[in-house]
Amino acid sequence: MNQLQNFTKGFFRENPLLVLVLGLCPALATTTSAINGLGMGIATTFVLLGSNTVVSLISKMVPDKVRIPSFIVIIASFVTIVDLLMNAYVPELYEKLGIFIPLIVVNCIVLGRAEAFASKNNLTTAFLDGLGMGLGFTMALGILGAFREIAGSGAIFNYKFINGDGILVFVLAPGAFIALGYLIAFINRIRKT
Amino acid sequence: MEYIIIIISAVLVNNIVLAQFLGVCPFMGVSNKVSTAVGMSGAVTFVMVLAAIVTYLIYTLILEKLGIVFMQTITYILIIASLVQMVEIVLKKISQPLYQALGIFLPLITTNCAVLGVAILVIKKEFNLIEGVVYSAATALGFGLALIILAGIREQLELADIPKGVKGAPVALIVAGILALAFMGFTGIV
Repeated sequence: MNQLQNFTKGFFRENPLLVLVLGLCPALATTTSAINGLGMGIATTFVLLGSNTVVSLISKMVPDKVRIPSFIVIIASFVTIVDLLMNAYVPELYEKLGIFIPLIVVNCIVLGRAEAFASKNNLTTAFLDGLGMGLGFTMALGILGAFREIAGSGAIFNYKFINGDGILVFVLAPGAFIALGYLIAFINRIRKT
Repeated sequence: MEYIIIIISAVLVNNIVLAQFLGVCPFMGVSNKVSTAVGMSGAVTFVMVLAAIVTYLIYTLILEKLGIVFMQTITYILIIASLVQMVEIVLKKISQPLYQALGIFLPLITTNCAVLGVAILVIKKEFNLIEGVVYSAATALGFGLALIILAGIREQLELADIPKGVKGAPVALIVAGILALAFMGFTGIV
């Protein structure tokens, strides 16, 4: 597999959210609007990049038995960095994403990539994998967020282009489940043909 | 009375999975059969209450005293990971049947965001220790309730004729959405 394929696999073929169905909690909770979804995606991408890079650098030094705990500490450190940075520079978005920023620690995508990919590959490969997976996740969150914002309030990026109220349920909790369900079903359908 | 409000709010109104989107991964992952769903709920309840107590004490007695509250995320995830390991070892020694029933779910719980989420929420909502325990137990109960209901529905879905693309994760998500819609009916009772 060449580096380009390695980078692009996260977008469609192995999209963490739409194909592997990982990282559901932030995907459902933070996609009430396109901008929130993208913000969450970018925060996750940053953590994924950092943890993949560091894990691939130190994986040969870490004894096998303490592998997972040390990966978790690395991930938690990057999450703390993101948490503090967002609190300082984008307080409004930070308020909205709330508890889901510290919860990036337990996002299965991040630990999954560290354990299954970064620890077995060299720096460049792991970095590109992290970037591709992160952007793929961001893209999926953006699509879901945009869909929910358009259907729920007739707006996109806070710009209202449909008059009237929209279908309120898509902004609320049940709409998240239903929208993601149909999005994954749609992707399944194109993949099979 | 105060505790009853916390319980009703955590189980029905602000259900952890269906309204707050915490713990959706195990909610989707282990809801194929009712029996595994029951086992998972038991294990989650156990770990969630224990984790809430330990993290609360560590937060108030150590992190706050030393003024290093920003270490919360790292500390909590390490506490939860080691707690899960410890529970596994203790269960194996003292109760073989309980270990058989819950054992396989325990490693999965470390990455259950509901456990870490509740530990953070207890601090965020400024509960005291007893309120924290009641809240975490009620939240775990809500998680179990949602999980077992979904498992029951999914067992029936096995027999239904579902279009190919929707099979598996999509249909589970859509069912969960309808379930969330039903739970929205509880809004406003507290």
